[in-house]
Amino acid sequence: MERYYQKEIETADREQILAWQNERLVKQVRHVWDDVPYYRKKMEEKGVTPEDIQGVEDLHKLPFLTKDDLREAYPYGLLAKPLKDCVRIQSTSGTTGRRVVAFYTQHDIDLWEDCCARAITAAGGTSGDVCHVCYGYGLFTGGPGLNGGSHKVGCLTLPMSSGNTDRQLQFMVDLEATILCCTPSYAAFLAESIHERGLRDKIKLKAGIFGAEAWSEEMRQDIQNKLGIKAYDIYGLTETSGPGVAFECSEQTGMHINEDHFIAEIIDPDTREVLPEGSKGELVFTSITKEAFPLLRYRTRDICVLTRKQCSCGRTHVKMSKPMGRSDDMLIVKGVNVFPSQIETVLLEQGYQANYQIIVDRVNNSDTIEVKVEMTPENFSDNLGKITEMEKGLVSALKAMLGIYAKVRLVAPKSITRSEGKAVRVIDNRKI
Amino acid sequence: MTIPQISVFLENKAGQLADITGILSENHVNMRAINIAETADYGVLRLIVDDASKASAILLEQGFILTMTPVVGVAVPDTPGGLSKVLGVISAAEIDVEYMYSVFGQKDGQACMIFRVADTDGLAEILTKNGIAMISGEDLGLH
Repeated sequence: MERYYQKEIETADREQILAWQNERLVKQVRHVWDDVPYYRKKMEEKGVTPEDIQGVEDLHKLPFLTKDDLREAYPYGLLAKPLKDCVRIQSTSGTTGRRVVAFYTQHDIDLWEDCCARAITAAGGTSGDVCHVCYGYGLFTGGPGLNGGSHKVGCLTLPMSSGNTDRQLQFMVDLEATILCCTPSYAAFLAESIHERGLRDKIKLKAGIFGAEAWSEEMRQDIQNKLGIKAYDIYGLTETSGPGVAFECSEQTGMHINEDHFIAEIIDPDTREVLPEGSKGELVFTSITKEAFPLLRYRTRDICVLTRKQCSCGRTHVKMSKPMGRSDDMLIVKGVNVFPSQIETVLLEQGYQANYQIIVDRVNNSDTIEVKVEMTPENFSDNLGKITEMEKGLVSALKAMLGIYAKVRLVAPKSITRSEGKAVRVIDNRKI
Repeated sequence: MTIPQISVFLENKAGQLADITGILSENHVNMRAINIAETADYGVLRLIVDDASKASAILLEQGFILTMTPVVGVAVPDTPGGLSKVLGVISAAEIDVEYMYSVFGQKDGQACMIFRVADTDGLAEILTKNGIAMISGEDLGLH
């Protein structure tokens, strides 16, 4: 039998959901107009006032918000509540090194954790479960979000964070974890390790909630078979709260967007026109309940499709497909957002030229990233030790910028392919 | 009394070294010593050639990255313990050797080693003081 964390909300009829959205949108627009000069200016530039927004049908009148806006407004420009009312920040990488910082009031955290609790419950989680969270904790939203959701459901929560596979497996076995939360590639890696160590009969997992990076149906089947579990997708982004913006139910055919908190639109990324339901396009979110960091018409750059087809799980909220790609050049490597422009910034700072290539691959279920960069006369030396020192310096600067290890490969000048005068910056060899 | 060395950046891929030796051969540049220091991905090719300025101009034109470095040629007795004695003298003077390698062929029962040190003058001084001969570019037939 299907279980819900907030049944009345999750199975509300369309009229009720629309009524919530209308009321909350009008209130939210008034809130940002009154309290965020940056928004007011954007709305004024578009000739929109709060009176023009009477409900969801007027949403298209509002200006879009992009990652560039977040960068421009960094750190406090989009803050909509006094700092004394804020209790937390989370952060993710920005396009050129300046990070995105999102603020939360206690109420914002409560609602975010509710969303994660809905996801855990949809995956079969109850207060009798042991929830093993090995998303990273800290600035990354994965760990804190699922941790809070797990508390709300009443699971015994194992705040494992990422890494240290031996310890992960020991706790998973000894504490009889039943629900696993991590990136799909780490889940696949753990499944391999469990198989290699002959632990399959010792684990008690029944479900997994895997998100923060792209994964295919094939990968889902593989993880499900190896671990003997059901694997559920979860979606979110730091800008709008974190994981739990949308989550999968037992049908496993897309993720229900929590429409009482977020209004979703699909637009053509080039013309920025709103597309009819069922069209493939860029996903845009408006957060209608966030207090500290409300985003109106935020362009996620994720390409997907929305569907309102009736779902066998009983939930009525719109479903989004797995993201099918991006409308910008952002890469997701090991669950971390990577922009080629960040790598370019580091290379220039370290005295290399902007002739580089990023090669992403997946080896043994783990993402790898390699940066090929052309040697320059300034960085060259007859002393090999000096070159390897510079290379190490570049590796640590990249680690500091990206938050993950990237291999550096120094290559001969002019050896990086240029097609029609434009360099091919990214080669993604992952077969996801 | 230093000798000009050309150091070229080498990517570890098939044919890189052959490309360079081919270019030098076509341009009638004769190599007197060669040495490679490498990691798994790249290396530094060090060359002593008969005409360093000509060779470096040609290689630069071909898009190679290179640098010129003054190195010291040292005559080492071609007998057991010959190199050990030279290194003992250098070590006693606390001069750090960044790297060293040998030159093709030998002269009058003596081998020739190339030394790269930060303090070239200091090296020349202690070699002279200890009666160890240096080898000039002319000795090696350099233009």
